Amino acid sequence: MRGMSARAFAFAAAATILVTACSTTGTPSGGGTTAGDQGNPFVFASTQFSPVTEQENMRKKILAAYQGASVDFVTDQEPVILDRISAEAKSGAAGQIGLAGLENGQFAALVAAGAFDDITKIADKHKDQKIPQDMLTLGKFGGNAQVYIPWMQATYFMVASKQALQYLPTGADVNALTYQQTIAWAKNIFDKTGQKKFGFPLATDGLIHRLIQGYFYPSYTGGLVTTYKSADAATMWNDMKELWKYSNPQSTTYARLQEPLQSGDIWLGIDHVARLIDVLKAKPDDFVAVPAPAGPKGRYYMSVVIGLGIPKTSPNKGGAEALIDYLLKPETQIITLRENSFFPVVDVKMPSDLNKGLQLEADAVAKQANSKDAKVVPLPVGLGSKGGEFNKAITDTFVRIVVKNEAVQTVLNEQAAIIQKTMNDGNIKCWGPDGTSTGACQVK
Amino acid sequence: MRTRTERFLPFALLLPTIAFLTLLIVIPMVQALLLSVMAESGGLTLDNFRRMVADVNFSDAWRNTLLLLILIVPLQIVLALVMALLINSRFRGHGIFLYIYAIPLAISDLAAGILWLAVFTERGYLNSTLQSAGVIDQPVLWLSFDNFAGILSAIVIAESWRATALVLVILIAGLQLIPRDFFEAADLFGANRLRRTVHVVLPLLRPSLQSALIIRTIFAFQTFAVVFALAGRNMPVLAGEAYTWYATNRNEHVAAAYAVVVLGLTAVAIVAYLRVLGLREAEVQR
Repeated sequence: MRGMSARAFAFAAAATILVTACSTTGTPSGGGTTAGDQGNPFVFASTQFSPVTEQENMRKKILAAYQGASVDFVTDQEPVILDRISAEAKSGAAGQIGLAGLENGQFAALVAAGAFDDITKIADKHKDQKIPQDMLTLGKFGGNAQVYIPWMQATYFMVASKQALQYLPTGADVNALTYQQTIAWAKNIFDKTGQKKFGFPLATDGLIHRLIQGYFYPSYTGGLVTTYKSADAATMWNDMKELWKYSNPQSTTYARLQEPLQSGDIWLGIDHVARLIDVLKAKPDDFVAVPAPAGPKGRYYMSVVIGLGIPKTSPNKGGAEALIDYLLKPETQIITLRENSFFPVVDVKMPSDLNKGLQLEADAVAKQANSKDAKVVPLPVGLGSKGGEFNKAITDTFVRIVVKNEAVQTVLNEQAAIIQKTMNDGNIKCWGPDGTSTGACQVK
Repeated sequence: MRTRTERFLPFALLLPTIAFLTLLIVIPMVQALLLSVMAESGGLTLDNFRRMVADVNFSDAWRNTLLLLILIVPLQIVLALVMALLINSRFRGHGIFLYIYAIPLAISDLAAGILWLAVFTERGYLNSTLQSAGVIDQPVLWLSFDNFAGILSAIVIAESWRATALVLVILIAGLQLIPRDFFEAADLFGANRLRRTVHVVLPLLRPSLQSALIIRTIFAFQTFAVVFALAGRNMPVLAGEAYTWYATNRNEHVAAAYAVVVLGLTAVAIVAYLRVLGLREAEVQR
């Protein structure tokens, strides 16, 4: 009998641990005041903040001062969240998701299905907060309706270990590097130390495709899709092959460069702000954060805009609006920066007591945006459900040319055909560095 | 004369199993088959399979999946058999061994992959141990993209560590089913331990070995989390491609085509096992 109850207890304990560990949703936030006045509880679904610590920061710190209807913050991988939103949109009845926080490009997939309300009125209400106009325009997807309102932003830049600075090629300014100088730098480190210290985020969940789309291609060719197999593109790929010679051959296992940077496996690399912050916070005195390099066509960098949209099936639209108002408050935007390293979209005065690592990031972001030759590109726009295949075609190009050492022009021709088919299948118009097009964007 | 209830009872008892299999296995399987031959615009097509075959990773994924299968399954069966015989010899403290062997069963495959990444990575436990022992001066890049043998060995070690216990549990159950009389009879005829194992234990263990082989092969076809963690983009496998095409590339049709290939391979392997290790009528009756 005693044995039985002990077993039952062990089972219950194990089940509790499992349920707690597996659940991605925490205790609902807010609702401190009478929930009845605020309307139905709802889910705030997002593709952002999926690491456990970021989730906890969101629920316990960023949403701490929120007073509205009870909100359950849910985050997961992109397909899970997008499928859930689109499933609720398809069902038509009132769903559970009251507010969605997605990347610009992730909204695009759902806009065609008419999943979101027009929130122009909410955007107008926040006019004096000076959200940049081009970000608001992005949120309209070429129409009149405001599909989302910008929530926070991020970008990619370069981090270098201070140990690497002594090998900087002569005449190179670390804050205004070119790709040629970066290659020379990595080569110099290899020549002097025998070690390959550049890193690419090449693991299956690394963001290499963003570096190619927003940095390498536009900086060398001034375009992406239109210039995919151009002579300029071939030059770029040959440079990448050169850089690969001095890159850590274990790069194919790097998802986030902060880990190999912190362990010393690599000294140089370009990655997303949120994938570099840990090393900058942990060792702010050992690293410098600098703008991404420039190519022959300029210092292109990618701006990642995360927006807030209200699904048509939202169970509490008033509540969702109140949550948007809260998230766009300057105080909330600063907490979001402090806790989860995403940068404000509204006009805020940066606090003077910012964490050292965050300060490094903030400075690098500003330096990059204010470089003389800086040019900004958005994440790919309008790809919708084709986004994954487009990214694959781009990453496959890198793997074939750089890692597998296949012939540059052959690969470019073959991969360009795949990209053209993707553009045609989805009737996807040109965006960003490629300019505009009336029909599907064409590889020249 | 049987009553009505008696006649229907077996079917009633089978009903939950049938419902379970239909809901969770048969229906999704049919859906996957349909998805793999459906065009995005609707209508039947073989384009998804063409696209799968033309993909840069397809031939590598085939090769890697079969290679891992050939390396991992026999290794695990032999290891598990040795461990099972060891435990079944009931030496002092054999229970503790069983518990230690079974620990990896409780760890998810991705967690196991990450654990072994911490061992094999550039500044991992293996390199730091070797370095402090003075065996190497510089860290060895076991998982470098051009070190195929290194990556493959790391995956085989990690997978063997993770899933051998599964085979072990099945074999121990099989060993315990063998009646003691057989061993007594063997002893009576003067068989030593080796002959007893070869002539009595192994033949009687065949049904368990068959189940273990089938289950382990199915899992080997599904392996990808450990591979992803240790090899990143370097080592595409069929199941991993199915996942990537669904989750990352967002094309469920090509993903389903890969799933159908995995299903076909699994079916072929199982039929082969049933044929080769097939139980004769007499053995079943016994």
